[in-house]
Amino acid sequence: MISLHEVSKSYSSGEGIFKAVESVSLTIREGSIHGIIGPSGAGKSTLLRMMNVLEPPDSGKVIVGGQDLTRLPESQLRVARRSMGMVFQQFHLLHNRTVSGNVAVPLELAGMSKRQRKERVEECLQFVGLQDKAKQYPARLSGGQKQRVAIARALAHRPAVLLCDEPTSSLDSVTTGEILNVLRHINETLGVTVVIVTHEMDVVKEICHEVSVVEQGRLTDGFALEERTARNVPRHKPSYRELLLGKAGVSDV
Amino acid sequence: MFDFSLMLEKFMDFRIQIAEAVGETFLMVGISVMAAILLGLPLGTMLYLTAKGQLRENATWSMILNGFVNIVRSFPFLLLVVFMIPFTRFLVGTAIGTIAASVPLAIVSIAIYARQVEQSLFEVPRGVVEAAQSMGASKLKIVYKFLYVEARSGLVLGLTTSTISFISYSTVMGVVGGGGVGDFAIRYGYQRFETELMAAVIVLMIVLVQLIQFTGSLISRWLDKR
Ligand SMILES: Nc1ncnc2c1ncn2[C@@H]1O[C@H](COP(=O)(O)OP(=O)(O)OP(=O)(O)O)[C@@H](O)[C@H]1O
Ligand SMILES: [Mg+2]
Repeated sequence: MISLHEVSKSYSSGEGIFKAVESVSLTIREGSIHGIIGPSGAGKSTLLRMMNVLEPPDSGKVIVGGQDLTRLPESQLRVARRSMGMVFQQFHLLHNRTVSGNVAVPLELAGMSKRQRKERVEECLQFVGLQDKAKQYPARLSGGQKQRVAIARALAHRPAVLLCDEPTSSLDSVTTGEILNVLRHINETLGVTVVIVTHEMDVVKEICHEVSVVEQGRLTDGFALEERTARNVPRHKPSYRELLLGKAGVSDV
Repeated sequence: MFDFSLMLEKFMDFRIQIAEAVGETFLMVGISVMAAILLGLPLGTMLYLTAKGQLRENATWSMILNGFVNIVRSFPFLLLVVFMIPFTRFLVGTAIGTIAASVPLAIVSIAIYARQVEQSLFEVPRGVVEAAQSMGASKLKIVYKFLYVEARSGLVLGLTTSTISFISYSTVMGVVGGGGVGDFAIRYGYQRFETELMAAVIVLMIVLVQLIQFTGSLISRWLDKR
């Protein structure tokens, strides 16, 4: 579905060059829910933003649906991005448009007719359970509801992938559960591939099929979560693999 | 003691001239507001877009546009009016009269409003632009389907504040025969010692400014759903 080949990104700061992502290769399996976990500042968001080239890598390839997005001209890249919905920690809704107005935005950008738009917006809001809030402005919604609107907006253009950057990090645990259910539902019923960046172990445990561990700009581990076995108590500081699987093992990155 | 009935009387005596002066002010300020919207808005948008870290980051253009805005705004206004006479004559055929006076006023208006626009756009959270990009929006669409939508109450409020400054600037336009309320107050009220008449005109201007501010604030608040 999505493969990153040896992507790197560095930022030049006052003290020199800082490598945010260093030669990471990663494949997201079609139809999977893929977690990207790691500590703050590890480069998770940068990695996710490379998947739709919001952050163009300094080197390496980003292959989505068979084409290298880093080589596409701007106009084609924009079209390619429409098949990849994005969801953010801070929602990034338009506060001056209603809930349905927000969901309609990607459809307006794609030039869909007003009647079709209305239909599709209703469908999407129904999917996230917010049809009764269609006429409200986002300021009047709770965090969880705002995130549902953002998810509905990301779904509007029928994307193949949903890229989620800490989608539950500003929500309480109950609301987090609700949002994760929505994402799982999207994955199961619509077959949308979901990539979730998070620093919360529970999020990965809850819904991810596969997980990649990013630490200090490098991919340090990657494994499937079906391998989960009885947990044994680690004596040293446990790695993310041990915390999630309850055992050490050989990386299959 | 100040005589209010005399003030009213004078006002009625000169109502035709006052109406004419108000008409001139409206014409000058109206042209300036149009210029601000048609040229100040795009200029302010360009100031925002070419700034460091923005969508069309461009140090050269940023410097040129900022230079223009700063120079125009720091020019003592009367000097600008004089300095621009050749340009005004080139543009409207004469350097005297209400229309001619509107030219330097419009130039200042464009610069003033451009700054306001830039400020309002900078207040839009960065994430909105990022969300827009993730939806495959072109730069033009990002500007008017995202930035202008989120900044709209600030854009209106900025235009309101700017309009009030335009009125203030317009009061000195007597020097190039621009007329207007300010010129009227000076010529009749000040130079002919008609203190009551001058006071009447000042009251009129205060009412006018209040009305503009009130309307602007109202629209701005109504547009703001954040
Ligand atoms: N535009 C930028 N300019 C300079 N440095 C940057 C920029 N973007 C990211 N970085 C740096 O790159 C590193 C990785 O950033 P990134 O946002 O990808 O981390 P993260 O894993 O998502 O962290 P968090 O959990 O805090 O969101 C950080 O140290 C950050 O300071
Ligand atoms: Mg992050």
